[in-house]
Amino acid sequence: MDLSAINPVLLVASLMVAATPLLLAAIGELVVEKAGVLNLGVEGMMIVGAISGFAISVETGSPWLGFIAAAIGGAVLSLLFVLLTQVALANQVASGLALTLFGLGFSALLGQSYVGIKPPSMGDIHIPLISDIPVIGPILFQHDPILYVGIALTAAVWATLKYTRVGLILRAVGENHDAAHALGYKVIKIRIMAILFGGACAGLGGAYISLIRVPQWTEGMTAGVGWIALALVVFASWKPWRALLGAYLFGGITVLQLNLQAAGVAIPVEYLAMSPYIITILVLVILSADKSSAPASLGRTFHASH
Amino acid sequence: MTTPLLSLQGLTKAYPGVVANDQVSFDIGEGEVHALLGENGAGKSTLVKMIYGLVKPDSGTMLLRGQPFAPPEPRAARADGIAMVFQHFSLFDALNVAENIALGMENPPAMGDLAARIREVSETYGLPLDPYRTVGDLSAGERQRVEIIRCLLQDPKLLIMDEPTSVLTPQEVDILFETLNKLRSEGTSILYISHKLEEIRTLCDHATILRLGKNVGECVPSETSARDMAEMMVGSTLQTPERSGREFGEVALDVSGLSVPSPSEFGTALKNVHLTVRKGEVLGVGGVAGNGQDELLGVLSGEIITAPDAIKFNGQPIGKLGPTARRKLGVLTAPEERLGHAAAPDMSLTENALLTGSVREGLENNGFLKWAETKSFAEKIISAFDVRTPGPENAARSLSGGNLQKFVIGREVLQNPDVLVVNQPTWGVDAAAAASIRQAILDLAAKGTAVICISQDLDELMEISDSFAALNEGRLSAPRTTTGLTVDEIGLMMGGAHGMEVAHV
Repeated sequence: MDLSAINPVLLVASLMVAATPLLLAAIGELVVEKAGVLNLGVEGMMIVGAISGFAISVETGSPWLGFIAAAIGGAVLSLLFVLLTQVALANQVASGLALTLFGLGFSALLGQSYVGIKPPSMGDIHIPLISDIPVIGPILFQHDPILYVGIALTAAVWATLKYTRVGLILRAVGENHDAAHALGYKVIKIRIMAILFGGACAGLGGAYISLIRVPQWTEGMTAGVGWIALALVVFASWKPWRALLGAYLFGGITVLQLNLQAAGVAIPVEYLAMSPYIITILVLVILSADKSSAPASLGRTFHASH
Repeated sequence: MTTPLLSLQGLTKAYPGVVANDQVSFDIGEGEVHALLGENGAGKSTLVKMIYGLVKPDSGTMLLRGQPFAPPEPRAARADGIAMVFQHFSLFDALNVAENIALGMENPPAMGDLAARIREVSETYGLPLDPYRTVGDLSAGERQRVEIIRCLLQDPKLLIMDEPTSVLTPQEVDILFETLNKLRSEGTSILYISHKLEEIRTLCDHATILRLGKNVGECVPSETSARDMAEMMVGSTLQTPERSGREFGEVALDVSGLSVPSPSEFGTALKNVHLTVRKGEVLGVGGVAGNGQDELLGVLSGEIITAPDAIKFNGQPIGKLGPTARRKLGVLTAPEERLGHAAAPDMSLTENALLTGSVREGLENNGFLKWAETKSFAEKIISAFDVRTPGPENAARSLSGGNLQKFVIGREVLQNPDVLVVNQPTWGVDAAAAASIRQAILDLAAKGTAVICISQDLDELMEISDSFAALNEGRLSAPRTTTGLTVDEIGLMMGGAHGMEVAHV
C-alpha cells in the first residue's frame, strides 16, 4: 500500500471532471422537475447524447459541433417524452422508463460502427499566468471548456429560478398547475420548454462522458449516471448549488476510491466501488432533512378543463 | 342613460350534454355592485370565466364601455381592467405572498418595490398582510386577502368575486364589505357571486338570477325578500327542515383532553379538545376552514389514532380503534371531500356502497363479496335519497356534486349509526338537495342517533343543531345551546376577526 502515490492536486482536478456529466444531467432534470414533470428518461437521453456527440465529432472532427449535436440529440429524444406525456397525457413514470430503454437500445444501434475509435480531443483551456499558479492553477484553471459550462449553467439556473419572472412562472407551474392555468399561463408550453432543456442538458452530460471523460464509445457507457442524477435532484431538495455539491461529492469519492484501489488499500474492491453511492446518499439525506419539499404538482398530468 | 361598464348580450356556451349558459344578457353599471345569483350548476362560474377570458362563448357579444370586448385569455381581460377573486383560491402554497401577487400581474415591479406597495394597499384597505410570508402557512381569510390585494394592485374597473365569504367569519365578512363599499365609492364595479341571500341584500345594488343557464329574472336585492330570491333561484317553493322537540338520552360519544398533531404539512393540530354528544342530540361544529376540521373528522373516524381513553363510545374507549372497528360499533363518518375521500371517483356506486357498508350491512362472507346484496343496498340509497343517476353501475365521478353528496350521506344514514359525524354535509349542494340532506340528519337524530355536524355554513348549523361549538386554530370552544345564540357571539367563538381591521379613510 502506497498512499503517497495519490497526488491531491490531480485528485481534486479529476473529481471535477468525474462530476461534470452528473452535474449537467442533474441541473437539467432539476429544471424539469421544478416545472412539475418527472422525467425518468435521463439515462436514455444521456446515452443518446453520448453517441450523437461522439458520432458528429468523429465525422466533422470538431468536438464543439459534437457537443451541439449531443444537446440536440438529447432534446430530440425528450421530444418523444413530450409527445407521450404532454400531448397524449400518458403516465410520466412509464413514459420515462420507456425513454430510457429506447435510448439505450437506439444508441447501441447508432454506435455500432464507432466502437474502438478515438474522438478528436477538445483540449484544455490554458490562460497564461493564472493557469500556471501552483496547486490552484491545475485545480481550477486547466480544464476543458464544458466543465466551466456546467458550473455556469448551475449558476444561471439558480439565478433564473430565484430572481427572474421566467423562473417564478416555472416554479408556479410546478407548484400548482391549475392555479397557473387560471392566471393565464401556458402550462403545457412551459413544461415542454423545460423538458427540452432537460433533454439538452442530459445530452451534454452524456457527450461529456464519451468525448472527454473516457473518451471512446462503448454500449451502455453512461452506466447508471442518469439514475444517480435523478436521485441527486431529490436529495438536493431541488436546489442547484446543492446538486453541484452532491455531484462533486459523488465525483470526488469515485475518483478517490479508484486511487485507493490503485494504491492497493486493504479494503475489498466491492466496498470501495459502492462507497460513492452510499456516502453521497447519506450526506444528501442528512442535508435534505430541512423543510423544503417537492414541487406540489410533480408527476401529475395537467389537463385543462373548464 | 349612461353607457354601462360591461354589457353582456345573448351569451351562450354549450358543453357536451349541457347548455351552461343560454342567451344570458345583462348590464353592469359603473360603480355598481351587481349580484349574480343561482344554484350550483346554474352557470354562474361559466359566465364569469367568459368575462375573464378563460372560456370562449359559442355566441353572443360583450361590450366594455360600448366597445366590443372578447378577451382571448385572462391576460387580455386583466389588461382591460377585469380582475377576479377565485372561489377555490388560485394560490401557490410554497411561494410567498409577494411572489403570488407578482404572478397575477402583467408587469410587476421589482420584489422590493412590490412588497412596499403590498404593505401600502393592505393598510389602506384594512387587510394587513406580510409580503414575505409563505402562503401555505396563512389562514383562509388571509389567503383571500392575498387574492384581493392582487386584484387591487391592478386598479381594476370590474372586480369579480366568486363566493368570497364562504370561508370567512362574520366579522371578517363585515370588514370585507367595508372594503367593497370603499371600492364602490371609488367607482369600481363589482360582480358578486354568492348564494348567501342576506349578504346580497345588504351589499348589492342589483341582482341577476340564473337558473339552468338562463337569465330568469332581475331584482333590486334590498327591496326583495330573501325567500322570494331563493324561490326565483330554485323555481319552486322551498321546504324548511322541521325539527321536532325531543329528549336527549345518555352520552353516546365523549371526547376529553384530545391533542393530536396534524398529519399534513399545512394542517392544524388539535389542542385539548373536549366534547360530548348525547343520544338524539345534534352538535354543530363551526369555524373557518383550516382550523382543524379535517383533523377532528380524522380523529373521530379512526383515520388518526389517539390514546384509547381520549375518545369513548358508550363509555368504551375507542381511541386506538381504526375506522372499520369503529364502524362495527356504530360510529360512522362522512368526510367533506366527496371525490377521493368519501367516495372513490372511478369506482361504481355499488362498489362505493360496499366500501363503507360492508361491515354493518353484512356485505361480505369470509372475504368474498356479496354483490347482489351490495347492489340492492346501493339501489336502496339511490331511491331513498333521490340520487339522480341511471343506475348503481355508474362511476361516482359521473354524478354531479350534489347527487354524489346525497349518495355519500345516504350511505351512512341508512346504516343506522349510533354516532354519525359529517363534515360539510351540504357543501356545493343546491338548496332543495341541501334541505333534504338536513331533514335526513334531523330524522336520524329523532331516532336517537348522536350527530356531530362540522360545517362552515352557519345558517345550516343554526337550522339543525341543538348545541354549537366552534373550532379556532385547533381549539374547540365550550359547546352552547343554539337557541338564543347571536351571530356576534358565534363570530367571537370562531376567533373574531383574525386581526383584521376596518378599512381606514
